Amino acid sequence: MVQKKSTFWNMILTLTIISLTAAFILSFVEQLTEKPIKEAKNAHELDAIASVVQKFNNNPFAEKLTINVPGQKNGLELYPARLDGNINSFAIKTYSNNGFAGRIELIVGFLMDGTINNFVVTRSLETPGLGSKVNDEKFKSQFRGFNPNRQILKVRQDGGEIDAVTAATISSRAVTNAIQKAVDAYHNFHAGK
Amino acid sequence: MNKTSYQNLIRGIIAENPILVMMLGMCPTLGVSTSAINGVGMGLATLLVLIFSNTAISLVKNIIPPMVRIPSFIVIIATIVTVVDLLMAAYLPSLHAALGIYIPLIVVNCIILGRAEAFASKNTIFQSILDALGMGIGFTLALTVLGAVRELLGNGSVFGYLLLGEDVNPILLFIMPPGAFLALAAMIIVFNRLRTKENEQ
Repeated sequence: MVQKKSTFWNMILTLTIISLTAAFILSFVEQLTEKPIKEAKNAHELDAIASVVQKFNNNPFAEKLTINVPGQKNGLELYPARLDGNINSFAIKTYSNNGFAGRIELIVGFLMDGTINNFVVTRSLETPGLGSKVNDEKFKSQFRGFNPNRQILKVRQDGGEIDAVTAATISSRAVTNAIQKAVDAYHNFHAGK
Repeated sequence: MNKTSYQNLIRGIIAENPILVMMLGMCPTLGVSTSAINGVGMGLATLLVLIFSNTAISLVKNIIPPMVRIPSFIVIIATIVTVVDLLMAAYLPSLHAALGIYIPLIVVNCIILGRAEAFASKNTIFQSILDALGMGIGFTLALTVLGAVRELLGNGSVFGYLLLGEDVNPILLFIMPPGAFLALAAMIIVFNRLRTKENEQ
């Protein structure tokens, strides 16, 4: 087959056809995958919630609450976990915009007395091998059983009781502050009730 | 398999390795090679896209007027990358969670456009797929080795397994951006030294 000539109309026609085909394929695939992607994302989030709260058998998504953070416009999402109808713990989705590489999102699980049960980082762009270690067991284990009512939820450099990850103070501080934000939001919600 | 096909397949692995010889795709190479597993992930994602894009470009090469071939290739590559991204997010969510951040980066990887322009737009589909396989494997290998070296020096581990023990203080610099340049430069020196020596003999 001979190569097509680069005439004006040939070029316009080719680019138009390619762009239209691309648009058609993309919108088709987008429609096809919209539902499965949403389901996969929900399953992923449910896994994250399950890993930070106590054993439950309700659907935490169905009971989602939005709670206010003092002094901020956007609230945080709270998911209660119930075993046979009784709330035994809850998860709060929180975030910090002060990570080393921008926004860090995490889900924190609390027991009913306000003790931190566990947390998991669900989205972050922290440096792999450095800031990403805030999601590692060594850093996380400090938060298990941590009671923000009695203990100071801050990294040691800021006068608190959390050991920051070596060479990743900014990431550690961002995670700690995000958890503090969840604590504040819960106190606010609790006081209002 | 005849000699040309074989040549097209293995050329990308050593003689024309995209990273170490052709110096293509430096941005993702330096950016994501912080650990061995990242190297494998980025390499395999690129390999997959490279096969699809070389096939597609080779299919349409005769109906694209030469003067608008670059914009056409870019639209085709970007479409393929987005489709791969969406399909993976929908049907292989755990793999997507691991590779997801690299996939959009592939659009700007000049290896893809480079192979489309230099090879797929002039050769048959079969040869283009062989070329994509070879280049993809060469890219993956180089990226994995670079990631492993940086992970070992900067974090004391390879593929997440601690090799140096908890007490050894690793050289953090190698995980950070300057370390990427140092490690890559050292790797290129060693690789090309060995390669030219072999050619001389």
